[in-house]
Amino acid sequence: MFRKTLLMLVLAFTAIGGAATAADLSLSVDIPQVQVAEYHRPYVAVWIEGADQSIAANLAVWYQVRGDHTKWLPDLRQWWRRGGRDLKVPVDGLTGATRPVGQHLLKFDAAQAPLASLKPGQYTVVVEAVREVGGREAVRIPFEWPIKAAKRDSASGSKELGAVALSLNP
Amino acid sequence: MKNSFVKLAALLVIVAPATSEAARAWLLPSQTIVARSGGWITVDAAMADDLFSFNQGAMQIDALAVTGPDGQPVAPQNPAKGKTRSSFDLELRQAGTYRISVADNTVMARWEEDGKPKRWRGTPAEMATGIPANAAKLEVEQTQRRVETFVSVGTPTDVKPAAGTGLELNPVQHPNDLYARETAKFRFLLDGKPAPDLEVEIIAGGTRYRDSPEEKVFKTNKDGEIAVTWPAAGMYWLEVSIQDEKASVPGVKKRRASYSGTFEVLTQ
Repeated sequence: MFRKTLLMLVLAFTAIGGAATAADLSLSVDIPQVQVAEYHRPYVAVWIEGADQSIAANLAVWYQVRGDHTKWLPDLRQWWRRGGRDLKVPVDGLTGATRPVGQHLLKFDAAQAPLASLKPGQYTVVVEAVREVGGREAVRIPFEWPIKAAKRDSASGSKELGAVALSLNP
Repeated sequence: MKNSFVKLAALLVIVAPATSEAARAWLLPSQTIVARSGGWITVDAAMADDLFSFNQGAMQIDALAVTGPDGQPVAPQNPAKGKTRSSFDLELRQAGTYRISVADNTVMARWEEDGKPKRWRGTPAEMATGIPANAAKLEVEQTQRRVETFVSVGTPTDVKPAAGTGLELNPVQHPNDLYARETAKFRFLLDGKPAPDLEVEIIAGGTRYRDSPEEKVFKTNKDGEIAVTWPAAGMYWLEVSIQDEKASVPGVKKRRASYSGTFEVLTQ
């Protein structure tokens, strides 16, 4: 398990740590394979949390877009209470369909929305996943803004999320 | 044997205090947090000491009132009264917080007629016809009861006290924004004013699965507030009541006011 996680992290950092021209924040989110009889892709929210735990920036929200399945968005409990409930979905460039098992890369230019409006300070990247007939899990990685030096950090979920790797490139 | 039971029952009626203990009253919503698109919820209403098991009696829902975020009434649908619970559906489409309440204002009277005890219960308006003018040993008491729960669609909106009479909740922390291990402040009002020195009892649901009810009692401070740190996620039941001599019905002195509410505490 540990070796697999390590390998995933190496792969993740290789993928997100490519040569960058502008400062950016890159994130790799691993949706793990879960051995269950009934599997549904998880709903996932990725956001940047401020020191007061409010949402400083929404980065991604994946839910079942076809049909009216926004009904289950409150199951992303932390995201919902911290501001997901204020958001009218769908939102261009933010919300999208649920993703399959595997590694998903997100990259955000520091000079563009939604990062451009971040004030200097301490933040946390939060990835929360909830799966139908499954569980819920949130993974957090703290970081400092603005990006002064290249930084890589990672954390891992235990069931609903695999490795989450954050890469900050000045 | 049966005869002696009837005698005992009659005796109990005579000696029972004017405010005999009734089973716990509660509303149980199927969910308290609804997505922005809104949806249907179902609410059960029961009188049962086990929280939240329908194992005693149904609650009368004649006095049910549902108020939407805009202050307008919302009509309950499919109301039904069963043996152990009443229930109704609500279609909630407007974003914000809904107040679901069963609040009544009744008068209870006891007197003697030809040496036999008589009892009557009704609204203050029905008193004149319900209680004989020359009733002997008449005892009357006003009862102001409020049983509530709250549901929010999308972002919760402010919950304002509704009646200005009896006991009411004027929450500092929104009742649909409660989380395990966090502290919430609740303020209680009596006749619209902060009510100090009240004992507020809070019990977590699932009492059938515990050896002890594990009720916690909080005393309201001078501002009528309590601060509750929720030990775990789940449905909680809260009750507070007072007895005083501030009845608002002419010709009645004694008053009993109670407030009970069901609140969902969510996981972190």
